[in-house]
Amino acid sequence: MFDNLSERLGGILDRLTRRGALTEADVDAAMREVRRALLEADVSLDVVRSFTDKVREQAVGATVVKSVTPGQMVVKIVHDELIATLGSDGQTIDLNAVPPIIIMMVGLQGSGKTTTTAKLARRLTERDKRKVLMASLDIYRPAAMEQLAVLGRDLDIKTLPIVAGQKPEQIARRALEAGKLGGYDVVLLDTAGRTTLDDEMMSEAANIKTAAHPHEVLLVADSLTGQDAVNLARSFDERVGLTGIVLTRVDGDGRGGAALSMRQVTGKPIKLIGTGEKTDALEDFHPSRIAGRILGMGDVVSLVEKASANIDAEKAARTTERMRKGQFDLNDMREQLLQMSKMGGISGLMGMMPGVSKMKNQMAAAGLDDRIIKRQVAVIDSMTRQERKHPEILKASRKRRIAAGAGQKVEEINKLLKMHRGMADMMKMMGTGKRGPLAGIAQAMGFGGGMPSPEQMKALAEKMPKGADGLPQLPKDLPAGLRGGLPNLPGLTGLTGKPTLPGLGFPRKKK
Amino acid sequence: MSDSTEDKPKQSWWRRLSGGLKRTSTSLGTAVADLVTKRKLDRAMLDDIEDVLLRADLGTAVAERIAEAVGEGRYDKAISADEVKAVVATEVEKVLAPVARPLVIDDTLKPFVILVVGVNGSGKTTTIGKLAAKLSAEGRKVMMAAGDTFRAAAIEQLKVWGERTGSPVIAGAQGSDSASLAFNALTEARNEKRDVLLIDTAGRLQNKAELMNELEKMVRVIRRVDALAPHAVLLVLDATVGQNALSQVEAFHRTAGVTGLVMTKLDGTARGGILVALAEKHKLPVHFIGVGESIDDLAPFTARDFARAVAGIET
Ligand SMILES: Nc1nc2c(ncn2[C@@H]2O[C@H](COP(=O)(O)OP(=O)(O)O)[C@@H](O)[C@H]2O)c(=O)[nH]1
Ligand SMILES: [Mg+2]
Repeated sequence: MFDNLSERLGGILDRLTRRGALTEADVDAAMREVRRALLEADVSLDVVRSFTDKVREQAVGATVVKSVTPGQMVVKIVHDELIATLGSDGQTIDLNAVPPIIIMMVGLQGSGKTTTTAKLARRLTERDKRKVLMASLDIYRPAAMEQLAVLGRDLDIKTLPIVAGQKPEQIARRALEAGKLGGYDVVLLDTAGRTTLDDEMMSEAANIKTAAHPHEVLLVADSLTGQDAVNLARSFDERVGLTGIVLTRVDGDGRGGAALSMRQVTGKPIKLIGTGEKTDALEDFHPSRIAGRILGMGDVVSLVEKASANIDAEKAARTTERMRKGQFDLNDMREQLLQMSKMGGISGLMGMMPGVSKMKNQMAAAGLDDRIIKRQVAVIDSMTRQERKHPEILKASRKRRIAAGAGQKVEEINKLLKMHRGMADMMKMMGTGKRGPLAGIAQAMGFGGGMPSPEQMKALAEKMPKGADGLPQLPKDLPAGLRGGLPNLPGLTGLTGKPTLPGLGFPRKKK
Repeated sequence: MSDSTEDKPKQSWWRRLSGGLKRTSTSLGTAVADLVTKRKLDRAMLDDIEDVLLRADLGTAVAERIAEAVGEGRYDKAISADEVKAVVATEVEKVLAPVARPLVIDDTLKPFVILVVGVNGSGKTTTIGKLAAKLSAEGRKVMMAAGDTFRAAAIEQLKVWGERTGSPVIAGAQGSDSASLAFNALTEARNEKRDVLLIDTAGRLQNKAELMNELEKMVRVIRRVDALAPHAVLLVLDATVGQNALSQVEAFHRTAGVTGLVMTKLDGTARGGILVALAEKHKLPVHFIGVGESIDDLAPFTARDFARAVAGIET
């Protein structure tokens, strides 16, 4: 099974001799794969249809640019169309209205409304400096109102006092009143989950809307939703009237095709995405990232951004410089391990990579997980400075002492040292050669090949947080490198049999 | 299972299920009807059948295969709308029949330990409440363990179900260790000679290694008290879920040794056809379906009814 569209298309189209333009037959063959890929990514069938029609139109007769395979050409067209359909960046919560601004949350049962309400309240309070009141209108699910109250208490954000026996509409009115009297800027209304077939509950939502005049009505929907995404988005939009969509559980490993479906049938923007259970895990929506994911190309841009946010550019530059000179001691290794774990550990990184499921299975089978990073750091921490700088002095007695200090077996120390040697060798090789850690990413960011210099490193770090959007047009290098199997993560030597780079190094396989 | 639900004046679950399905599954009804009354079974019709199955989340491979099976021996022959639906239902049923197996409680085990797992919001706690009601109604002494120590007010939520079903709930503080909570609950259930212990867990996405490790630890600790426990591990899936359910089943099975599935929220528009793909791939038993938020909205999973609902056959 192919994990991503470029591989699938590669299989069909790259056999074709290169001609000037894509013929109808080429495109038909390609569209069958595009359709499959989209369906497997949970894009709703009707949306798949209209989408492939649009792509077909553009693809037939499109000139295949030199140095690009027909497969890559089609992927590019598909990718661009996905982004166009998903909408433009920066359509976030609109706060341009007379306070108190009412924001109403609706959705199916269990979609994540309450958590999202708390996340949004936190964002509006901390980032936008608004005074926020939250109110739960869910009188049905056991302890739903308590859930919001607890979240409010933890965040130090006010919630409307619970009054037993009130109807959702009454609570909405009370929230409005409290919002005005208390001088709140924003009032968030968390409503009960409902299926769209439940007429009574759908009317209830419509009535709440009439009573509260919300400035925003947000559909909170699970990004793991399958074909039902069209039904649910359309029904909520028709019955209640939406201003935007919030996608939840984007930190899962779903392909997120529901995003495309919902955006397409409602025409309403996806305004925010939920990326974790904690209340700070709410982010702006970037079409290019979801597009890459639907195509199975991994969240490459997110990976790059995350890397830049968490890595101390100075330190990274220093390490790079040392590596270039072929110096790579256990201190450097420790640094790399810590950076990796800061970026969400192995699983965090894996979650953003294409074709991960297979790798994760392999990793699980090999018993590799984030605990290993911690264990390895603990081992290094039990060494003296001298030992870290000169691992070659580590003989049996020292190893025993370190093992005892870190609560590990001596074998663990040996494993770590072996890994370090492997890495150091590779660094040396790369120091003289072309590829370095970060090279893959640097390349994707447009620095071209070769090891980035410290200056480039700094420039890279500056460049990323702001303008990292827009999947660097079909990063030819990155997916190709990742396609070879396991990405080169530390601790994975056992799987590939080759020493690999820790931390940020996703160097391409040596050709 | 007993027929207790059917005696109630309330609509039977099946009525409600097919009622709910009706509005969406008419797509099969009408799509096929339009085509079939006038035409022979041809490629276009098979494509339409495949589309209907795709819309129900069966996934491309299974939808294709079933559409082919429908065509076999019937290609180019005139066929009525009802016949097509019946054949589709039969083909789907063939896949589901082997996995439609009831949850069997071994009453010699005291307590029979049931661990309930799944992603966030799939319906674990509600399913536990409904299960407690059903098992108590069958004369068993049930105890519940509030193992979701992470989500705000999850413990209170389960306590409400404890009151509704008259079952004691063992709970710790929010944020406490779920494994030791499970350990305590099992010890307690043993001492009190409870028949069944239902253990709730926090929702977790299957790609989060730390959270899956935590679940693994929970199982390990439970085994320390009773080497054969948990005797059943139920994975709760939401009917709206798409192809990601395949990865959910895989991961939860690997981590916690899932013994059976429950699919919730079939009272909505989603049809849960991913169960067909799951049945082909993993062959795990499917025990129950959830068809609403009330205490008696849990029904045994039956292959025939589910298949007919997917195929858009009403009644
Ligand atoms: N309509 C419907 N809602 C359900 C069903 N099962 C659970 N729910 C609802 O789904 C939401 C999440 O359920 P909960 O049990 O809290 O999920 P958990 O997070 O997995 O424990 C709640 O609002 C439940 O009332 C069902 O079969 N049908
Ligand atoms: Mg729960």
